[in-house]
Amino acid sequence: MDAATPSNLAAPVAWGRVRRGRHVADQALKIICTVFTMLGALVLGWILMMLLVEGFSALSPAVFTQVTPGPGTQGGGIANAIVGSLILTFLGIVVATPVGVLAGTYLAEYGKGSKLAEVIRFLNDILLSAPSILIGLFVYTLMVQPMGGYSGWAGGVALAIIATPVIVRTTEDMLRIVPGSLREAGAALGAPMSTVIMSISWRAARAGMLTGILLAMARIAGETAPLLFTALNNNFWFKPNLMGGVSNLPVMIYQFALAPYQNWRELAWAGALLITLSILALSIVARMFLKKDGAR
Amino acid sequence: MSPIAINASSSIGSSATADATAPVRIAVRNLNFYYGDFRGLKDINLNFHDRQVTALIGPSGCGKSTLLRTFNRIYSLYPDQRAEGEILLDGRNVLSSSIDVNELRARVGMVFQKPTPFPMSIWDNIAFGIRLYEKLPKSELDDRIEEALRKAALWDEVKDKLRQSGMGLSGGQQQRLCIARTIAQRPEVILFDEPTSALDPISTGKIEELIEQLRSEFTIVIVTHNMQQAARISQFTAFMYLGELVEFGETTKIFMNPNKKQTQDYITGRFG
Amino acid sequence: MVALTQDLVMTRTDTVRRSSKPTADRLFRLASLSSALLVLMVLAGIVASMIYGGLPAFQEFGFGFITSTAWDVNRDQYGAWVAIVGTLSSASIALIIGVPISLGIAIFLTQLCPAWLKRPVATTIELLAAVPSIIYGMWGLFVFAPLFAKFVQIPTSQLVEGIPFFGTVLYSRVPSGVGVLTAGIILAIMIIPFIASITRDILDQIPTILRESAYGIGCTTWEVVRHVLMPQAGVSIIGAVMLGLGRALGETMAVTFVIGNANRLSASIFDPGSTIASRIANEFNEALGLQLNALMALGCILFLVTFTVLVIARILIARVQTH
Repeated sequence: MDAATPSNLAAPVAWGRVRRGRHVADQALKIICTVFTMLGALVLGWILMMLLVEGFSALSPAVFTQVTPGPGTQGGGIANAIVGSLILTFLGIVVATPVGVLAGTYLAEYGKGSKLAEVIRFLNDILLSAPSILIGLFVYTLMVQPMGGYSGWAGGVALAIIATPVIVRTTEDMLRIVPGSLREAGAALGAPMSTVIMSISWRAARAGMLTGILLAMARIAGETAPLLFTALNNNFWFKPNLMGGVSNLPVMIYQFALAPYQNWRELAWAGALLITLSILALSIVARMFLKKDGAR
Repeated sequence: MSPIAINASSSIGSSATADATAPVRIAVRNLNFYYGDFRGLKDINLNFHDRQVTALIGPSGCGKSTLLRTFNRIYSLYPDQRAEGEILLDGRNVLSSSIDVNELRARVGMVFQKPTPFPMSIWDNIAFGIRLYEKLPKSELDDRIEEALRKAALWDEVKDKLRQSGMGLSGGQQQRLCIARTIAQRPEVILFDEPTSALDPISTGKIEELIEQLRSEFTIVIVTHNMQQAARISQFTAFMYLGELVEFGETTKIFMNPNKKQTQDYITGRFG
Repeated sequence: MVALTQDLVMTRTDTVRRSSKPTADRLFRLASLSSALLVLMVLAGIVASMIYGGLPAFQEFGFGFITSTAWDVNRDQYGAWVAIVGTLSSASIALIIGVPISLGIAIFLTQLCPAWLKRPVATTIELLAAVPSIIYGMWGLFVFAPLFAKFVQIPTSQLVEGIPFFGTVLYSRVPSGVGVLTAGIILAIMIIPFIASITRDILDQIPTILRESAYGIGCTTWEVVRHVLMPQAGVSIIGAVMLGLGRALGETMAVTFVIGNANRLSASIFDPGSTIASRIANEFNEALGLQLNALMALGCILFLVTFTVLVIARILIARVQTH
């Protein structure tokens, strides 16, 4: 049989039998999905633009040097709120990191197959998505009522409770990726489990663990609800003992944005711009960090 | 004489002859091993002589790695694995609960199939093991590290990059790093679990040379699925099948004139 | 090969070893376990404090508390119904709008997006998730609401005036742009990044071979999505949706800005309302006595509902590995 001559072979079934409808549905899907994605980008861009337009014009050196003005007072800045936010975020992370890392370590290294670990992992995921306002109420009952007033400590604890599940989750996930052969090699040298974990597992997973901590920081930096009943907000610098509440950006924004005073509203925009830029920068840096080290 | 023996006869047992009169370093008595309910090792009785290389050979699943891993109790990392019986290291039963398992592991080192450099510098990799049990000033530490790297035939290649990450080395170099790491602790016994199966032939050759050199200082047990390798570098060979010790003896005898037919069949490749 | 010199051969007795430290090892393990248990205790603490704080309100009003529409501070009469309805309706609107868009974005990212565009788009979604809720609130109130009032509420109200069903549900007496629908839309925007990225991860985990065999027999993208990917991912996607629901139920600041915070129940979704979270946020700091308890009781209800939703979500998703 010689090579088939094309002209002799008729297609058993003619081309072009795909129903019109299938094409239309397919095109429609593609268009819809693309439009939806563009919508998402549009909203992000819109929000950023809003912040830049309103917030930028409100920026001035005074914003960074003066404290928040009282009702009816002219001018002012948000320096105390900025510093207060830094303090509260710092407190939150300083408490959340050891607890989160150790808990995540337990789940990944000691808790394999243990029922208790399963339960804790499950509940940790629940806590991760729990409404932050309820956490604020909890800390109010736990600390503000007994202590007789708002405080930076309560605010820090509330933020810590929000940050911890994030760190637990990322720590556990990152430690699970570390190959078991590395642990065996450490144990084979006679290293006790704690040394294997700290010197080898943590070291191997440190990029991911750090990213988790940074992301937790980005998350709590913008939280408002839990601070409403714990650190509240005021127009003064923080007291060294952190009692009487600590001024912070999110609650300040909440109070000032809806206020009748022009300068208050402008300061709210400035604060909104600052906080959003910081959080977005943190998020980007955190993920870049992970990608860079992971590519090694 | 079996075909394989003819091919290997020139290199069987390496350049040194087996010394059955050497003192027994490790004595295994009535050893049974369980993975949950499954019995992985059945009544193993075996002696390992001081400063000799003993190879454990056998088809997949015969228990050779299982046996190796009882000597440093690395299996105890896994809750459903347990061993019963006696393993006497210099007269002391390592399976007894009175033994500090971590100290045991510093005396009985292990090199794994896959090279496992720690995520640290080369210097730190080796210092890690030393520092676990000895407190040395930095100069002494440097000396020990150099000593270990020289013995592992790696010093010339890495002496200028000790501060670089151990993970940047080639596969063969990484494995020699792991060997150096183990040697640095000055163990009495070194266990090799298929150390060259993940390496290319040239690296394999280098490591085999290394093992022959290390023999003069350490008692060595090597698990290998490569019979030619066992024939090349060991003085004693134990053939295992389905969790049992089928035959044990000097390598030359096992490969040229085994007692059991099963051994003969495995050596000649009738099953694998 | 370097020959071993005799003096490098050491005898074993030269090596003096200090013992390993069992107590330090045990301490470390204890510390890890305690930290893990702390997570447990915090959750238990939240439950306990909610019940403890809210109990007086339940005792005072009984279970009628849940169905009562009263909320009068002066006469100390409280009921949760208005807040519950607001919470549920705004969350429902958020799901109705948000889920299709989230799925669309996830499908785009996994099936349609060219490789060079993947990272920027994924980053955009991640950044949307990172924007604090108070910023969404400000955007909603100062940018979206006026536009919504002008281009949607007013024309729609004029259109449906007098028509039976729509005339009440879509009618707005005072078109200010804030209301239940606005809150629902803002919530939708906020939960889209979450549902989209989880769905994206779920779709990514479907073996490529499944996709390729479907394309291989001539399916269009839509058909692959509809007949292969969605059924395969089905249950997990429902879990992702429930996670978004959980978030929408508990969201506070964005909603507080745009829902109008009314204490009355209204049939129109254009009218202001309130959610449990917004009610608590607005009134807690000035609340005393029974009002405080009533707010705590609201928190209790919210916790119960959210907890249930999140548990279901977690069971359905069963640990999707994210990035």
